[in-house]
Amino acid sequence: MSKKIHVQTTINGEPAEFLCEPRQSLLEVLRDELRLTGTKEGCNNGNCGACNVILDGRLVNSCLVLGAEVQGKTVTTIEGVAPSQGLHPLQQKFLEHAALQCGICTPGFIVAARALLEKKPNPTEAEVRHWLAGNLCRCTGYDKIIRAVLDAADLSFRARANGRERETISQVRGEFP
Amino acid sequence: MSTSTNGYKVIGTRPIRHDGVDKVTGRAVYGADVQMPGLLHGRILRSPIPHGCIKKIDASKALALPGVEAVVTAADFPNPGDKIAELGEGAVNLRHLSSNCLARGKVLYKGQAVAAVAAVSPHVAEEALKLIAVEYEPLPHVTDVVEAMRDGAPLLHDDLVTESLGKPTGKRSNVAKHFQFKIGDVEKGFAEAAVVVEREFHTATVHQGYIEPHAATALWSADGSVTIWCSTQGAFTVRAQMAELLDLPVSRIKAVPTEIGGGFGGKIRVYLEPVAAALSKKTGRPVKITMNRTEVFEGTGPTPGSYIKVKMGADKSGRLTAAQAYLAYEAGAFPGSPVGPGAMCIFACYNIPNVHIDGYDVVVNKPATSAYRAPGATNAAFASETVVDEICEKLNIDPLDFRLKNAAHEGTRRADGPVYPRIGMIETVEAAKKHPHYNSPLAGPNRGRGVATGFWFNCGLKSSATASVNADGTVSLVEGSTDIGGTRTSIAMQLAEALGLRAEDVRPVVADTDMVGYTDVTGGSRVTFATGWAAYEAAQDIKRQMVARAALVWGVKPEDVSYDAGVLRCKTDDAKRLTFKELAEKLHATGGTIVGRASVDPTGVGGGFATHVVDVEVDPETGKVTVLRYTAVQDVGQAVHPSYVEGQMQGGAVQGIGWALNEEYAYNARGEMTNASFLDYRMPTSLDLPMIDTVMVEVANPGHPYGVRGVGEVPIVPPPAALANAIYRAVGVRLTQLPMSPGRVVKAVLAKK
Amino acid sequence: MKEIDYAAPKTVAEAVALFAEKGDRARALAGGTDIIVQVRENRRDVDLLVDLKHIPEVNELSCDSARGLRLGAAVPCYRIYEQPDIPRLYPGLTDAALLIGGIQIQSRASVGGNLCNASPAADSIPALIAHEAVAVIAGREGTREVAVEKFCTAPGRTVLGRGEFLLALRLPPPRPRSGSLYVRFIPRNEMDIAVVGVGVAVTLDEGRSRCIAARVSLGAVAPTPLLVPEAGAALVNGALTDDHLAKAAALAQTAARPISDMRGDADYRRHLVGVLTRRALRGAIERARES
Repeated sequence: MSKKIHVQTTINGEPAEFLCEPRQSLLEVLRDELRLTGTKEGCNNGNCGACNVILDGRLVNSCLVLGAEVQGKTVTTIEGVAPSQGLHPLQQKFLEHAALQCGICTPGFIVAARALLEKKPNPTEAEVRHWLAGNLCRCTGYDKIIRAVLDAADLSFRARANGRERETISQVRGEFP
Repeated sequence: MSTSTNGYKVIGTRPIRHDGVDKVTGRAVYGADVQMPGLLHGRILRSPIPHGCIKKIDASKALALPGVEAVVTAADFPNPGDKIAELGEGAVNLRHLSSNCLARGKVLYKGQAVAAVAAVSPHVAEEALKLIAVEYEPLPHVTDVVEAMRDGAPLLHDDLVTESLGKPTGKRSNVAKHFQFKIGDVEKGFAEAAVVVEREFHTATVHQGYIEPHAATALWSADGSVTIWCSTQGAFTVRAQMAELLDLPVSRIKAVPTEIGGGFGGKIRVYLEPVAAALSKKTGRPVKITMNRTEVFEGTGPTPGSYIKVKMGADKSGRLTAAQAYLAYEAGAFPGSPVGPGAMCIFACYNIPNVHIDGYDVVVNKPATSAYRAPGATNAAFASETVVDEICEKLNIDPLDFRLKNAAHEGTRRADGPVYPRIGMIETVEAAKKHPHYNSPLAGPNRGRGVATGFWFNCGLKSSATASVNADGTVSLVEGSTDIGGTRTSIAMQLAEALGLRAEDVRPVVADTDMVGYTDVTGGSRVTFATGWAAYEAAQDIKRQMVARAALVWGVKPEDVSYDAGVLRCKTDDAKRLTFKELAEKLHATGGTIVGRASVDPTGVGGGFATHVVDVEVDPETGKVTVLRYTAVQDVGQAVHPSYVEGQMQGGAVQGIGWALNEEYAYNARGEMTNASFLDYRMPTSLDLPMIDTVMVEVANPGHPYGVRGVGEVPIVPPPAALANAIYRAVGVRLTQLPMSPGRVVKAVLAKK
Repeated sequence: MKEIDYAAPKTVAEAVALFAEKGDRARALAGGTDIIVQVRENRRDVDLLVDLKHIPEVNELSCDSARGLRLGAAVPCYRIYEQPDIPRLYPGLTDAALLIGGIQIQSRASVGGNLCNASPAADSIPALIAHEAVAVIAGREGTREVAVEKFCTAPGRTVLGRGEFLLALRLPPPRPRSGSLYVRFIPRNEMDIAVVGVGVAVTLDEGRSRCIAARVSLGAVAPTPLLVPEAGAALVNGALTDDHLAKAAALAQTAARPISDMRGDADYRRHLVGVLTRRALRGAIERARES
């Protein structure tokens, strides 16, 4: 049996370490070793986006990254998207727009959409659709997902433009029962 | 897009769903997320050949691999004999169900489960599979329905004798069943027609495509009881199937439904559950089995490929005089395709005096089919709605006007027998006709607009609910319908409406089989209708008890207490009033908490009609079809939560678009599926679609306390036909094969030139 | 997955030593978007994955109009299209980098890996061939260079020998008045493997009305991506009329040797070669005119 690898990394802003076999993907490590089951397996070959995480600032399919490869890197999962209190605007807009039905693809979409909005705070519908083409949803037909992302962008964009981003997140917090 | 609340306070509004925060933060626990101490991991060994006898299984090397704890085969299941069980959505042959979980004697499709391993890690389990030696004697195979029906085709079952028109024929065949629906005299009808169109159609096998693969965890306890945690559309059907397959009383089985990542009909039949249980029994430890995506394609229940012939005739004024259909559906390895529902729906939008339908259920060496959202109806509508389109063209009648002229309505008798109650076919066509989409110009070369209508009959079936009043005036609602699309909220909203509470004041929970009364599957577009009704009845029970309690508190008779919009009043003394919350605070001190209960098996189910309009642009050189604009119109009864009703319409439409344009099981000559991955089984992505506009026509269902109609299934029925009709208007070719993939479009365009 | 080992060498010499020792039991790991799937699905049998990403040379990315482009073998696609000069100087390569997989894949997948994976349908290879790219291979004797059109020898196989790995790709500086383009046909709008891919590069004369050099390369219609010299030659010194483009496209069609599989049948693919070659050439010519 090949030796396990000791990996030290940062996950959702916290130092994390784990032992993994070389053959274990980052997806398996997150779910099975670190008990972060918010990231999902849909296809295990990079075609559905359910396993999306942010690795060193880039959106990746964690099923296509080995656990060993994140040594010294930073990882953000769905569990790290919400601020310590309340919800991220994307999460709130997904709820308001009913942009989820079964919800299995939702963590992947929210991580992917967050990566988009951090790169491009005011995307067009076409840009949102293009960015999210690697995330499959079978329930919604994407319509409400796209609307939620555009609305969240609009919200953050307007808030940032007015220098009121912090206030927006508390508004979001307050709106939610 | 908006609906009125029709005087309701909660119904028709759009509250945040109760399970929403867990789902957007990744906290919700789905089947594969289940973890517990001592867990072993299982994997399934599957047949590499499409048809053959199993001569020998030798697992000795696998058992010797360090980390492997047990191996099971069909020998570890009780032999079910020829038992037929009623399991909630129709009768099931247990020998077939058992063999589909672990093959007994024969394999009938590539991917059929043959053995299973439990080991300390999923990787060790998978490596162990390679060490299980199975000796097969391959047999010739058949993977096409027309081929399978021919004399001399390889036969899948020794004991399958065709039943025709209700009687066994004595003929061994791959045709399990032949049935007929007849009204009037089609020969006479065609003779009266000015225009007759007859066409043949072929559709490919497609999969429901849920993003979550199947997952189940079983614990066979030392006391002989079995607990199963699984993603399922029905905990009670899991329990019932497990009881039959493992020969256990249902009282020894507890099925705990986790959150479920999509089902669409494909997660009703069990696959992993009894296998995990058998492994747990052998090892004394909990065992989790998940499928990978290849296994989902090859080893679960897609929907049939089919061959359909349709002939329809109309007089010169555009009245349909006759309709005839021949439907042959692939059931996969075991009989039981949805050819019956397909035959029921094929002409169901129309009022036709002479109809003759023949349906054939045919086995082929493919996975045994399962329900997929309005099962059977999409294939059928592809055929009938494109023939209707051709008739409209020949008679130069607007396709929506044609449908209005021939629309089924209250009192119309369908070919399979039922007479329609109040239905919404005409209303949806009229709404489509008025819609800006239908009335907007579509300019540009190679562009075309198509329409199609569809029907699905929806189900009632049984549901239970219990609801307890909390001291703070909220109500905890326990129900047994697994929530695939927001139904725990639509059910809670109906309870809230009935009691005069807010949606947020009801806390719904989807319970396991020990916690709630028997509830049929989440399927058949029944949950908001039937489980909502159970919640409504539980609310009535609470109301009666609250009234009695208020009477007690006030020292009056219950008849002197009124309950209206969440406020109890004494009819004989205006000063005496209590809100629900105020009375709830007093319950403990006045006799204890109040629990309401209900168990329903409602009739009064309303069928659903949909009219879809689509604009496409076709690239005639590459055959690529781009959907420019899509509008789905549907009679939805009273929409309880409009956002989730819209969501059903949009999701169903998009599945239909994928079915129409790109999705198919591709088979090679060896009977193997060659595209068992999301790379080459091409479902629509966000970049392939525009927004999907929805129009909810609210024709309230008189058979339900809140006018609810099932909405989830009918939206998948019209899209392939609507797209075929649009492609015809764009580039002048009528495609009769699904999917209408780019290569086929180009071939037709070049052939036309 | 079977048991494998993982190594992360820090220098070229260390990596060469590992590949020399293990031969075809070891494979390079850059973005991992192909190799991890192949090992997981038992389509490649390896004992060791050599993670190249800690070796500085494979991450190098430098580009200017005088010296051309040096693209380290492990450089992910996103760095290609986010780099300021590459889209302008090598638009064909940029087209390909934007088309491989989707955003998530482009965060990791490298053009070098796409080349070494040697799929007949690889998106970057026709673009590399059109750009006259050269593969820089590291081995026990130092480095050697192979023109990209000679690099793939069969589906999934390359000229890499024991102890060798791809270090970088070298693309010559673009000629003045040149334009390049990669286009492919897929049934959806993203995420699919190319049914047919065409990469072209054209160089125009000073009047920008005649072609003085052209390269046409095809993907997914032969066991390896093809350079079609006769199609390029047919354009040279010709006017840029539709007839000329059609002639070049017809030559490309003749050179194509497509198979029928579940992504497309042979006749359809051959038809698409004609359609896409014409469209690619028109687009490249327009880019050349604007350059």
